[in-house]
Amino acid sequence: MREIAFREALNEALAEEMKRDEDVFLMGEEVAEYNGAYKVSKGLLDQFGPRRVIDTPIVEAGFAGLGVGAALAGLRPVIEMMTFNFAILALDQVVNHAAKARYMSDGQLSCPLVIRGAGGAGGSLAAQHSQSLEAHYAHIPGLKVMMPSTPRDAKGMLKTAIRDPDPVIFIESEVLYGFKGPVPEEEYLIPVGKGEIKREGADCTVISWSRTIHLCLAAAEQMAEEHGIEVEVLDLRTLRPIDKALVAESVKKTNRVVVAEEGWPWASVGASVAESISRELFDWLDAPVARVHQRDIPMPYAYNLEPESLPSEEKIIEAIRKVCYL
Amino acid sequence: MALYSTPILGDNLDASMRANYTFVRADARAVLNNYYLGLIEDIATGPENDDIDLEGHMAKTETTTETTDDHIQIEELDEELATKAREELGDEKIIEMLRSMVLQRRFEQHAGRAYQRRKIKGFCHLYSGQEAVAVGSMTAATDDDYVVTHYREHGHALARGMEPNGVMAELFGKKTGCAGGRGGSMHLYDVERNFLGGWGIVGGQIALGNGVAFAAKYRDEEAVCLSYLGDGAIHQGIVHETLNMAALWNLPLIAIVENNEYAMGTALERVSAVKELEKKALSYDMASETVDGQDVFAVWDAISRARKRAVTGEGPTWLDVRTYRYHGHSMTDPATYRTKEEVDEVRDLRDPIVRLRNWLVNEDILTQEDIDAIDDEMEKVVKDSVKFADESDFPDVSTLTDNVYVEWPAEID
Repeated sequence: MREIAFREALNEALAEEMKRDEDVFLMGEEVAEYNGAYKVSKGLLDQFGPRRVIDTPIVEAGFAGLGVGAALAGLRPVIEMMTFNFAILALDQVVNHAAKARYMSDGQLSCPLVIRGAGGAGGSLAAQHSQSLEAHYAHIPGLKVMMPSTPRDAKGMLKTAIRDPDPVIFIESEVLYGFKGPVPEEEYLIPVGKGEIKREGADCTVISWSRTIHLCLAAAEQMAEEHGIEVEVLDLRTLRPIDKALVAESVKKTNRVVVAEEGWPWASVGASVAESISRELFDWLDAPVARVHQRDIPMPYAYNLEPESLPSEEKIIEAIRKVCYL
Repeated sequence: MALYSTPILGDNLDASMRANYTFVRADARAVLNNYYLGLIEDIATGPENDDIDLEGHMAKTETTTETTDDHIQIEELDEELATKAREELGDEKIIEMLRSMVLQRRFEQHAGRAYQRRKIKGFCHLYSGQEAVAVGSMTAATDDDYVVTHYREHGHALARGMEPNGVMAELFGKKTGCAGGRGGSMHLYDVERNFLGGWGIVGGQIALGNGVAFAAKYRDEEAVCLSYLGDGAIHQGIVHETLNMAALWNLPLIAIVENNEYAMGTALERVSAVKELEKKALSYDMASETVDGQDVFAVWDAISRARKRAVTGEGPTWLDVRTYRYHGHSMTDPATYRTKEEVDEVRDLRDPIVRLRNWLVNEDILTQEDIDAIDDEMEKVVKDSVKFADESDFPDVSTLTDNVYVEWPAEID
């Protein structure tokens, strides 16, 4: 199968969906003439013209709100946030408006909106540009939250997100844009709310998403080589709703769980996943659920400090050893 | 009820008290203020008295006032605009405008009473005093146009033609409400009438209005989005983000600032560096003007012209529509930040319904008897809506988790 980069997979998803549906348009900072701050929208202006690929002023709340309104009126906006650090400015439009429209109108309105862009830890970007903020959105009823970890998932999930009738928050790891992987040439969709086992194993389940999946896979290989422990790596892919059936299936098989995430520990997605497992699968556990996460501090800039704050392969291995009593 | 044993709001108001209108009105307001403070809970549970006017000069009490107080010189409507409106709209349409304004005034009276009876809960923001803004603007709009508005929107909903029953039932939180009891007073919707809400975060809705206008332009529709906001909203960053984009892309947005002089309890002059709000649009090279919001024809005319500009590609308009609200910000606001005299002056001189009433009578389009009949009819419509709302069922608890999503491939919780 051909291999393409994560950003190219996203670009294909956008182009295909824009071709398929005239109501889809892309709006955001630098998406058109600059071809995207991360080149995800490269070539789309040439292909679809300025009516459908629209550069905005730097007004995250303003253009997110425009997207919400356009969605309420029946279009299918894809709103690019250069990074989700900036999307904080648009939280009112997302939380108070997009997420509430359908319920408050008793089903009269729908909001088929995608807000997508780079998220998660960058590299040496310091505290304001290096945050994993998925918990903000995963907390909100009315939103769906997707975070792909591979080019294949990125394409299939973004196409699904654009066709979804509800507001979808689609967070792409900033450091994965150049990551290459196999992507089918033929059309495919990956459903909302479906996780995937990225590596099978019978001894311990490691649950994660987005960039951290790759740390988990590396840790799993090392555990297999060094300890003969077969780790199952479960990629949630969608963080709202969680694929509870897949989690239950895996936990019942391995009886040991590590939840690894790039975000902070308190009130996080990982915390909720761990809580849900403790509550619903308690009898299947042979050890308390272990967690790996970023340290509970703003991201430091210094080259030696940043990795100390982030989750790592070593930290994941340590957690696996803990639940396996090694 | 120890505080007020006076019968002025009861059913035995006598003629001598009625004659002394000012006294009655002042006391009625004092009582109302105490209502709002929650000091009096059961006063409205007695028989309703429709002769006493809690809102100011409605047609019937106005007659009394004029004969007893000759200082009152009610402002006339702009004659030129009235003539223009009569030519373009015709008398029937103008009578409909009066009917809608009277309906709104009566609706809010009864909504206020229902609130006191605890039939309506939560936040409830009454529109009385501002009726000409809703009616003038909606009259200028077509069925294809869109409406996105703020939380003081009972009047907008009624002016857009939504059924009083459905609106009142929504205030009561009933399943027959226009949002199935999910929204309440601040969140009214009627997608069939392109009435896209009722939003409660100050200023946030204008961004949605801009998006709706964007969609109308994207699809080459001959439609605009009427986007209402209060004078309290104009300082929010998102308003300025939105105006810039609307002007930059020539979107068919009509931003209607219902300038009732107070952002909750804060007078405009205390928070706005710019006092003439039409100047705000200069930063965006956007058409703007100041409009007499108590003159329904002036509002109609300004919106009609703005609409024409918008659908011919001349872009958005920003309107500072000068109006006034008679009630406090919400039902719990005794409005101590302004004087009784100030409120009285607006009621006495610039009441939008009385001004239109006077014009209709002077032009021999309607007689006072006709107007009384309209008032009685609207009163009945509203009373029926209260009965309808009261007798409707609450939403089924089994529907609690419906309509969070269109599609949700999981359990709720």
